[in-house]
Amino acid sequence: MAILEAKHISKKFERTQVLKDISFSLEKGQVLSIIGSSGSGKTTLLRCLNFLERPDGGVILVNGETLFNSDDPETTKESEIRRKRLHFGLVFQSFNLFPQYTALQNVMLAKELLAKEQPDYKARKKEIHDEIEAEAKKLLDQMGLSDRMSNYPHQLSGGQCQRVAIARALALKPDILCFDEPTSALDPELTGEVLKVIKGLADQETTMIIVTHEMAFARDVSSQVIFMDDGRILEQGTPQEVFERPKEERTKQFLSRYTNG
Amino acid sequence: MEFTEQFPIVFQALNVGFLQTLKLFFVTLLGAIPLGLVISFGSMSRFKPLSYLMKIIVWIIRGTPLMIQLLIIYFMPGLMGHNIWGGGESGRFLAASVAFIFNYSCYFSEIYRGGIQGVPKGQEEAGLVLGMTRSQIFFKVTLLQMIKRIVPPMSNEIITLVKDTSLARIISLQEIIWAGQSFLKGNQGIAGVIWPLFFTAVYYLIFNGILTVLLGQLEKKLEYFR
Ligand SMILES: Nc1ncnc2c1ncn2[C@@H]1O[C@H](COP(=O)(O)OP(=O)(O)OP(=O)(O)O)[C@@H](O)[C@H]1O
Ligand SMILES: [Mg+2]
Repeated sequence: MAILEAKHISKKFERTQVLKDISFSLEKGQVLSIIGSSGSGKTTLLRCLNFLERPDGGVILVNGETLFNSDDPETTKESEIRRKRLHFGLVFQSFNLFPQYTALQNVMLAKELLAKEQPDYKARKKEIHDEIEAEAKKLLDQMGLSDRMSNYPHQLSGGQCQRVAIARALALKPDILCFDEPTSALDPELTGEVLKVIKGLADQETTMIIVTHEMAFARDVSSQVIFMDDGRILEQGTPQEVFERPKEERTKQFLSRYTNG
Repeated sequence: MEFTEQFPIVFQALNVGFLQTLKLFFVTLLGAIPLGLVISFGSMSRFKPLSYLMKIIVWIIRGTPLMIQLLIIYFMPGLMGHNIWGGGESGRFLAASVAFIFNYSCYFSEIYRGGIQGVPKGQEEAGLVLGMTRSQIFFKVTLLQMIKRIVPPMSNEIITLVKDTSLARIISLQEIIWAGQSFLKGNQGIAGVIWPLFFTAVYYLIFNGILTVLLGQLEKKLEYFR
């Protein structure tokens, strides 16, 4: 069974229809890359999955559970959304680290706040805190940041910030981790270190959706590629199919900008 | 009277006046800091009539001199047949406090609005995506960033407030300027002397010096992040 199924997602901002009947599914442990030109709706799609935007229509299922169904008011309640968000993680283009916290604190904060909701929190406070800290350190270590844990975001490079942001998202163990152009705000020499970390996650079979303009990377890391154009999925398939044998003229045009540039 | 004889009398009177200055200063801060927050939330409200109303109030208060506002607030009720302030110094203090709190909360509200809107939207979104509640996001993520942004402009306003309290002289509040001036007209056998009025500047200077240091320290404390 697919870990994620999105069916007929549509979204309109004022008069522009930004997403038009988007459907796809993703298997556990697979990596889906989304490519497409600026304004095609890639960010909006990720924001819908993370409930930062509310789709006007469509259904979102995770592990067979209906998280969102525009026709079923029970599933669209604001109060439920917070819990549903935890199925997804989102890494932003601009990192959005919390500046007043150290790298370690950034990774720990949300987990600690969630732990407070556990019934046994009061009794096991210290123990829970230590567990969360140990896990956060392990994640930062995995991101190659063991010597940067007590630095504040402004003391870190963009690449380091983005790796902290990835650790922060992973700390909540989301079913699906989404990336919105994780390297677009980085200098070219810092792009590699972030892509390497994401590749590492792919090798560990982390389920991911990656919006990216790094075509070589997408081709290397993905199990599936979606090409979006004007709010629609125009082409979908394995990296070989989409990159080497694109069927649509628009896809060919789009890809040629990267090969010739 | 010799200067050495005058000095203790003047010093005593100025101290009493300055106490009233300080009282007005602290009461204004205590009232305007929270009321400013209410006004800023009102002016950012999605309920248009409320936000327009707040914006109009802020425009009027910021667009007219505090001195006129003091006069209107103090004398208007009496002219309309209801002297709500009561007589004497306590009545004047009450009226002055209301005028100052209103005036300063409008200035503060604009500073808060800048502080709140200055925190990038991405901070809230990052919190939401991490499953935080809106109140957790406010208290754990955005509040401190807002405070950091508003401390420098608030410091300016607070130092201006110290000096603005002297405007309450217009309704004869017995603050330090009033006390200094009393020796011009005649007080405790001293008359026609202007130096006490000039000397009040020293009080303002010292108090503002202390405030500048304290607010500077607060600003420094928040420099550990950007
Ligand atoms: N909050 C919003 N209000 C109105 N229009 C919006 C909003 N967010 C996005 N849009 C519009 O929706 C369209 C799709 O935007 P989106 O950010 O999803 O594109 P994208 O594929 O991520 O582009 P890019 O590659 O530049 O990041 C654009 O035309 C954009 O102007
Ligand atoms: Mg985008």
